[in-house]
Amino acid sequence: MNTFQKAQQIIASLMALFALYSFIFYEFSNPLIFILTLIALLGVVRIFYDYLSHGVFDFLFSIIGMVLLTIYVYGSPSYGFWPLLISVWLYGWMAVEKITQEENMSPFFKKIFFIIVPVFFGAWILFTWEVITTGLNVPMVILPSPSLISLKFVDSLDTLWADFVQTFVKAALSGYLIGCGSAFIVAIMIDKSLFLRRGLLPIGNFISAIPIVGIAPIMIMWFGFDWHSKAAVVVIMTFFPMLVNTVTGLSVTNPIERDLLKTYASSYTQSLILMRLPAAAPFIFNALKINSTLALIGAIIAEFFGSPTVGLGFRISVEVGRLNLDMVWAEIAVAALVGSASYGVISFIEKKLTFWHPSNRRKLEN
Amino acid sequence: MSENSFANYFKNKMLPILSIVTLIFAVWYIFTVYLNSSIQIYAYERKKIDWEFSDLVRHTMSQKKPLLPAPHQIVSEMWKTIFMIKITSKKSLIYHSYITLSSTLLGFAIGTMLGIILAVSIVENKAMDASLMPWIIASQTIPILAIAPMIIIILNAFGLSGLLPKALISTYLSFFPIAVGMVKGLRSPELSYLDLMRTYNSSRLNIFWKLRLPSSVPYLFASMKVAIAISLVGAIVGELPTGAIAGLGARLLTGSYFGLTIQIWSALVMAAILASTLIFIINFISKKTLMRMGIQE
Repeated sequence: MNTFQKAQQIIASLMALFALYSFIFYEFSNPLIFILTLIALLGVVRIFYDYLSHGVFDFLFSIIGMVLLTIYVYGSPSYGFWPLLISVWLYGWMAVEKITQEENMSPFFKKIFFIIVPVFFGAWILFTWEVITTGLNVPMVILPSPSLISLKFVDSLDTLWADFVQTFVKAALSGYLIGCGSAFIVAIMIDKSLFLRRGLLPIGNFISAIPIVGIAPIMIMWFGFDWHSKAAVVVIMTFFPMLVNTVTGLSVTNPIERDLLKTYASSYTQSLILMRLPAAAPFIFNALKINSTLALIGAIIAEFFGSPTVGLGFRISVEVGRLNLDMVWAEIAVAALVGSASYGVISFIEKKLTFWHPSNRRKLEN
Repeated sequence: MSENSFANYFKNKMLPILSIVTLIFAVWYIFTVYLNSSIQIYAYERKKIDWEFSDLVRHTMSQKKPLLPAPHQIVSEMWKTIFMIKITSKKSLIYHSYITLSSTLLGFAIGTMLGIILAVSIVENKAMDASLMPWIIASQTIPILAIAPMIIIILNAFGLSGLLPKALISTYLSFFPIAVGMVKGLRSPELSYLDLMRTYNSSRLNIFWKLRLPSSVPYLFASMKVAIAISLVGAIVGELPTGAIAGLGARLLTGSYFGLTIQIWSALVMAAILASTLIFIINFISKKTLMRMGIQE
């Protein structure tokens, strides 16, 4: 144990001591929680004699603690609950600390570990959210608990699906495809002319920086309330990042590479397809990733300005007005899932297509 | 020599931009006539007026609520609302810009600090790196604007209203580029530099202050440019779902309720001017700082 972990261990055990005090003098209801507190308290011995020193034990303890505390919070927890929560959380942190400092980890275990840790962290956030909203009786109008949100989610799958189709499939996806596709074509067209590149790039950069979402009310006037106007907003939002990135990407090849292709007597099309487009791929994928979130944002905001009675943005603004916050959070969960999934899909394709790029090769530790 | 370089600058930089801008304005005017003509022709027919093409061009560019206002209409509206009205008035564009700008800057400041703190803890602590980094990236795939009304309601429940809730939306958007850029910057020193510091037996703290932090400065400024632009977007959008009565977002919203297209466009242009001014200022500070530090871009 290093000094930092020792400090964590001391605080964790101190918190367990507080919890124990409250359980003994005020309320003793749950023997499992009592045992959990005792184990957390006894961990302090590890400062002098490091038993069960591997991080995996702290990890298991933290997970078991999470489960027990979740069950406990639905009874009526006493004040000892909160210091115990902090203690279990500190054990979780120690676990991650210890495992990351492991020197000789097998590559396989390392790979699994770097998936487990973020999941563990996310589980902790959800757990804390659940426990705080339930334990402190936070009213649903302020913040509903994850369990309420997931119940609502399962209950209203039909509505959520309809909103998903309206906002994502119809508006965001079609706008994204048209915006990115046309920007790609325009980028290849202006690539031949230095004059156009010099003129369009600064303007493209300028337009990427301004809040284009503001154009939504105008698009609604032009294209009506249905998804066409939202798709139009998305087209404009995604066009310029894609244009700027593709044009930049097409010019990254160095003279040696270009000379080589020239000595092979390759035509313009050949050198474009075989050399410059692959070289531009990291830039293009960068734009595709930025645009995947922009497209969803654009489609949702555009619905705030007016929409048919379906869609993520419409539902959010209406249900906020009715104070149905669980429904709002269910819609947010849909948006978050869709956003992360589309980002993930594009990242996956990128990794498969640009495996040769330095950022995808194994990095030197720094 | 200097004349020649100016001529070169004009030919290589200004001329292409100016000609594209001119082209955009030309297309804009054509579209103004084209899009507004149907309403205008309908009005002519209703009033039974004989009209010629020159009348049509003239009238489509001076409608009260055009489908697409001509650029000069926007400019004159902006002139009116910026210079002809008292700044404290609710109709002044300066007043609305000030409201939006203040929450942008507050959000940007909090976001920058949060981003730097996150980046430092990620670089200095492996456990943080493993558990936080994936979530920082995931946080940006969540369309924050969906959460905007929620944030404002939650904070209102705690008695916070006005500037801070809007600023927090800007914070959420702007901390991400700062954190990612800073992590990259703090890890940018080459291995040989780090090894040199280690041969001097310098502590982690020393390596941080004397090597990592200085080499992260160019990255910090590059991400600040991105961050300030999206904090402005965040502030404007933060004004939409809450039915704010002041700010550029509120101008957009009332404009869209009452079909005041010229008002929408002038708010948009104002936002564009704000964004480019902010980026210009950061660019200026960045250039001066990097020059003082002896870093060449």
